[in-house]
Amino acid sequence: MNQPQIQEDEQKHVDAFNARIAAGKTIEPKDWMPEKYRKQLLRMMSQHAHSEVVGMLPEGNWLTRAPSLMRKAVLLAKVQDEAGHGLYIYSGAETLGTDRAEMIDQLLSGKAKYASIFNYPTLNWADMGAVGWLVDGAAIVNQTALAKCSYGPYARAMIRICKEENFHSKQGYQIMAHMMSGTKEQQEMAQDAINRFWWPVLMMFGPSDADSPNSDDLMKWKVKLYSNDDLRQRFIDRTVPQAEAIGIKIPDDKLKWNPTTRHYEFGEINFDELKSVITGNGPCNKLRMKQRNDAHKNGAWVREAAIAYAEKRAKE
Amino acid sequence: METNIALYKYCVRIADTSLILAQRMCEWCGHGPILEEDIAMSNMGLDLIGQSRGFYSYAAKLESKGRTEDDIAYFRNEREFLNRCIVEQPNTNFAFTMMRSFLHGCLAYLQFRTLVKSKDDTIAGLSEKALKEMTYHVRHASEWIIRLGDGTDVSHEKVKEALENLWQFTDELFEMDEVDQALIKSGIACDISMLRAEWDQMVNEVLAKAKLERPLGGYQSKGGFNGAHTEHLGHLLSEMQYLPRAYPDAIW
Amino acid sequence: MSTKDNWPTWEVFTQQKNGAAHEHAGNVHAPDAEMALLNARDVYGRRQEAVNIWVVPSVAITASTPEDMGPFFEPGNDKMYRWPNYYKTPEGIKQI
Repeated sequence: MNQPQIQEDEQKHVDAFNARIAAGKTIEPKDWMPEKYRKQLLRMMSQHAHSEVVGMLPEGNWLTRAPSLMRKAVLLAKVQDEAGHGLYIYSGAETLGTDRAEMIDQLLSGKAKYASIFNYPTLNWADMGAVGWLVDGAAIVNQTALAKCSYGPYARAMIRICKEENFHSKQGYQIMAHMMSGTKEQQEMAQDAINRFWWPVLMMFGPSDADSPNSDDLMKWKVKLYSNDDLRQRFIDRTVPQAEAIGIKIPDDKLKWNPTTRHYEFGEINFDELKSVITGNGPCNKLRMKQRNDAHKNGAWVREAAIAYAEKRAKE
Repeated sequence: METNIALYKYCVRIADTSLILAQRMCEWCGHGPILEEDIAMSNMGLDLIGQSRGFYSYAAKLESKGRTEDDIAYFRNEREFLNRCIVEQPNTNFAFTMMRSFLHGCLAYLQFRTLVKSKDDTIAGLSEKALKEMTYHVRHASEWIIRLGDGTDVSHEKVKEALENLWQFTDELFEMDEVDQALIKSGIACDISMLRAEWDQMVNEVLAKAKLERPLGGYQSKGGFNGAHTEHLGHLLSEMQYLPRAYPDAIW
Repeated sequence: MSTKDNWPTWEVFTQQKNGAAHEHAGNVHAPDAEMALLNARDVYGRRQEAVNIWVVPSVAITASTPEDMGPFFEPGNDKMYRWPNYYKTPEGIKQI
């Protein structure tokens, strides 16, 4: 085939692909897709999966210290769900042609990124409330949008996850509500938690639209349906009244309701902090990477043993 | 011995054993050898927490002093905990964890299978649920013991070491005292000494498939179910109980 | 990456209630069929979603391709006589 012919064929594919996206159809693994679409999706999905798995650690930190058996069970179920959700998303990402072990390698070598929020420490029990309420609350805003994205396996994973995650944010809010109606020390713990987590949670939505390098393509392809700033605003609008209802103070002096825009106005986000956390210089980046690397390394002989056994049986 | 006092103690022994093992399972969460196994161990942890809550609640009711499941779990010291010592042993590595689940699980399975027929309806009901759970835990652990034992040289060595280290806590699984005697007479508890032969058979079968030799002789620990523990329990409890102890007035 | 570190995938099909058809739930990584079954139970049965599970090695599945869509499925378009509502029932007859 000559060169112009190849280009013409390629253009046909691109046109057909764009038409499918424009018509709101989903793209499935074996469908033709532009290489850049595949790459961007793989980056986004593997980052998302890594975030679920690394996200087990800050909450896992309190499993053995949960203050009641009910709370222990709820927290364990929640952290376990995160493992499950990581698994679903890896599985969706594998349909793009990269296997899970390879993605995990990229995480462990520091090449792949994950949500910045998990590089902050969990320092008191109220952090379990703050993480559930705010971090999972932010995740739901994000994931509800992704459930309508153009890539079928991603959208389906999100639908399942949103259904399961419904309780995560609620249990977090319940912990906060309990603590705010509890003793003075409990109220202080709750306020301390939100003081530390509020701004990093806002950063979770990513840089502001003007500085979001991958956003244009992702929005054109309907992988992202809303911009970072839109989603952030949506999160703030729904969270502020929840905070007021339990009497917890959001650490932002500039926060106020604007009746004209019908949105909350808020203070300036320190995107330099976000940048340094994402590039490996947050409070817990080294610890999280060590924890994941240790687990992987310590589990290698287990994974190998199981394969060795299966190979022996297959030969019989 | 008065039935209610005996029954209280009987329930707390079961509940403590489930809870302490659950606590060990929690330690794995986020650190397992593969994602699927993280999920599996969490499931087992959740089952065990559920079992402990059921038996604590019943114990609290029998005691009728207005205490809750949490009061019993969080406000007793190490000498008052009545779990079998095997469950408080540290995770060490995946082979230890699976071996511990296996050796204890086989007994728990047999015990609950008998308790399903208990004359005490609450015990029978709680045991019915626990029996299903333990059936799965034993299956899961057995599959792993076999794969580790007959996997690679490294895995064989590790699971062998686990077996040899944990074996000293196996006689204790069958220990009984006047609590059991009182309740066996009234058809409430089960005579675990009668389960030994079947336990031996279950264990031997899996060990054979895993190409592991059953250890012989050696020291055997005693008395966990009456508060005689290993050094590990105190550390586990101080971590588990610290919040409610530090803030006794708080409701979480 | 050695294969020893990457367990193969198995497609998981769950039956949500007795008598219902098995539906695709997702997949798991597992070294062999028995472990695949256990993993599937733990991953896709956390909320009592299943009464029965099948696991199938992912490599054993043969799927039609997007290019097959036309030739495979469109020929059914003009065969309306395969559907019961193609047939008119004479008036007064309630059931056939």
